[in-house]
Amino acid sequence: MKGIFKNPIRRWGWLFLGPVTAAFCIGFVWPFIQGIYLSFCKFKLISKTSWVGFQNYAAALKDASFVHSFWYTALFAIVSLIFINVLGFAAAYALTQGIKGSNLYRTVFFMPNLIGGIVLGYIWSMIFDGILSRYGTSILLETKYGFWGLIILMCWQQIGYVMIIYIAGLQTVPEDMLEAAKIDGATKTQTLFRVTIPNVMPAITICTFLSLTNGFKLFDQNLALTAGQPFIIQPDGSTVKTTEMLALNIYNTFYGQNSASKGVGQAKAVLFFILVAGLGLLQLKFTRKREVQQ
Amino acid sequence: MKKTLAFALTLVLIFALACPSAFAADKGSVYWLNFKPELDETAQELAKMYTEETGVDVKVVTAASGTYQQTLTSEMDKKAAPTLFIIGNQAGVKEWGEFAMDLTGTAIADELNTDAYNLYDEDGRLVSIGYCYECYGIIVNPDLIEKAGHSMDELKNFEGLKTVAEDIHARADELGFDAFSSSDMDGSSSWRFTGHMINLEYVYEEREEGAVWTECPATLTGNYMENYKNLFDLCINNSLTDPKDLATGGHDAEAEFKSGKAAFFVNGSWEYAAVSGDVPNATMIPYYCGVEGEEKAGLNCGTENCWAVNEYASDADKEATIDFMVWLVSDPEANALMVEQLGIMPYKHAVESSNGFLNDAAAYTADGCYVFDWATNYQPNVDEYRAGLVSALNAYCADQSDANWELVKTAAIDGWATQYAAANG
Repeated sequence: MKGIFKNPIRRWGWLFLGPVTAAFCIGFVWPFIQGIYLSFCKFKLISKTSWVGFQNYAAALKDASFVHSFWYTALFAIVSLIFINVLGFAAAYALTQGIKGSNLYRTVFFMPNLIGGIVLGYIWSMIFDGILSRYGTSILLETKYGFWGLIILMCWQQIGYVMIIYIAGLQTVPEDMLEAAKIDGATKTQTLFRVTIPNVMPAITICTFLSLTNGFKLFDQNLALTAGQPFIIQPDGSTVKTTEMLALNIYNTFYGQNSASKGVGQAKAVLFFILVAGLGLLQLKFTRKREVQQ
Repeated sequence: MKKTLAFALTLVLIFALACPSAFAADKGSVYWLNFKPELDETAQELAKMYTEETGVDVKVVTAASGTYQQTLTSEMDKKAAPTLFIIGNQAGVKEWGEFAMDLTGTAIADELNTDAYNLYDEDGRLVSIGYCYECYGIIVNPDLIEKAGHSMDELKNFEGLKTVAEDIHARADELGFDAFSSSDMDGSSSWRFTGHMINLEYVYEEREEGAVWTECPATLTGNYMENYKNLFDLCINNSLTDPKDLATGGHDAEAEFKSGKAAFFVNGSWEYAAVSGDVPNATMIPYYCGVEGEEKAGLNCGTENCWAVNEYASDADKEATIDFMVWLVSDPEANALMVEQLGIMPYKHAVESSNGFLNDAAAYTADGCYVFDWATNYQPNVDEYRAGLVSALNAYCADQSDANWELVKTAAIDGWATQYAAANG
């Protein structure tokens, strides 16, 4: 026992942990606490604030655009989760069957993930408009085009990423189990659903978790592809941005020019955090149950 | 030994991190948060020149196009906040006025030759002073007009403009050029229509009321939306680009005009440096839109380029900043660089501008034409307001129906009232 305490790594550990802990506190913990505090304030600069209690939260929940963007985001997150994971798994499954050139395909599928969201958004807006303009319309003119456009974009970007995780998962499926299934006369479909999938459940957990939270947190691609357009111009002149997702709604609220809007934006951001964290935890709990312990 | 070394290294690290702020110069420093990306290069050069001449540190940061408010918000919160920033309109005065020192009686205020572009707050404090002014309208290539068999004299009202533009567009294939350059509706271009052209609606409302606005009106009448439609329709329907392709943009209107592919280009005096090389005779005409008596219309003159000095900067920094401003407007070499980029600067010792479009503006005024002031500077919640208008215009460009124009009207007129209420609620 004595030896362990004398161990210099133990004694000096704090020095090595220090920078990371400090960075974590400065870059995450402190802004997070401050963010929660600010959501109860009216402010323009974060160094000059005045306390207003729950007023910002009330305003945020009353805001029709926030509610709209919530449902829109929820729909988007679910649809994109299904598409990304089904297609990503299919790609991973196909590429672990020993096809020639699998490595090349893996690289190619993974590459879109290396391009930044803003760039992707603009590139895809050109692609979509190149097609849609033949029909005299544009991605900015129809909500459904904006929605499916974003789904296609996100699939294109994310499939390669989840595919890599699924490939890693598929490679851990024990050979002897597969062989046993084969000997027992299981068909390919039976093997896939009864043996392979239960064994890659940990990967499925990770991937669905990632794509769900990514779907909810999406910002860059949304901003660059449609920025919320088309708007529904209501008779009173106010607008509903039909393809605006939660994060963009928060951003637009924060930088609205009303001096009270920063606090409201902040309150929305806190609600947003609670939502994403809650959903993530729920989903983790749900999928964990189905994991097989090897 | 190792322990000592570790401690010594840690100390060095801590000092290295903490020190830069410990050596603040006594003679103050300048931090200019610039909002015109096209001025950035010149501003950086001037900063270097000034530091070489006087030893005073000048830092210039330019916010990316359309993100000035965001950048200003975050920069103002820092310890080393901008000492020189932009308050360009009354909404800005309301938002940032308390952060601006009263410039009345300062050396820079004494350099001004007019009060016309200054902004005051409710208490009469001079919060920001204009450093240049600009004008916008329709840039014309007279050579192409003549090549098409018309003359500049025809462009004296909407009827004349319409005849010429429609004729050129009809014969575009034969002539090898079209009437208007593209009117893209993406973020890099839509402001020409939702920020500038719409100004004609506001200004004619002002003229109907008989006085220019001194504060943002809560509502608009929309009496001149039809005139806005006249000119907007002319632009999108007699152009190189199909109106249906404007929503996401991607066309380069400036290049189209410079290369002689289009005779008209909706833009402003800041384009002079860019277009005068290729189109030396380029000139600017007013927004003719079918209003009675518009033969006497002039250009849209005004500015959003107004400097404010940070009230909360140290006295040394304030002084250094004002000295720097005075140098910018009075030093012959420095000022020449500024004028080249910005056009006319309203200061006693400023160099004369060779900006042809600003000279056009002056010529119209000299002819007794009425000037369009920049009423557009009062747009409430400007980004949101314009975004709504862009969305409505997109729908209209795709399908030019009356119903869609009604939406444009709603966005422009009712949208004004809604955003006014939101901004002042």
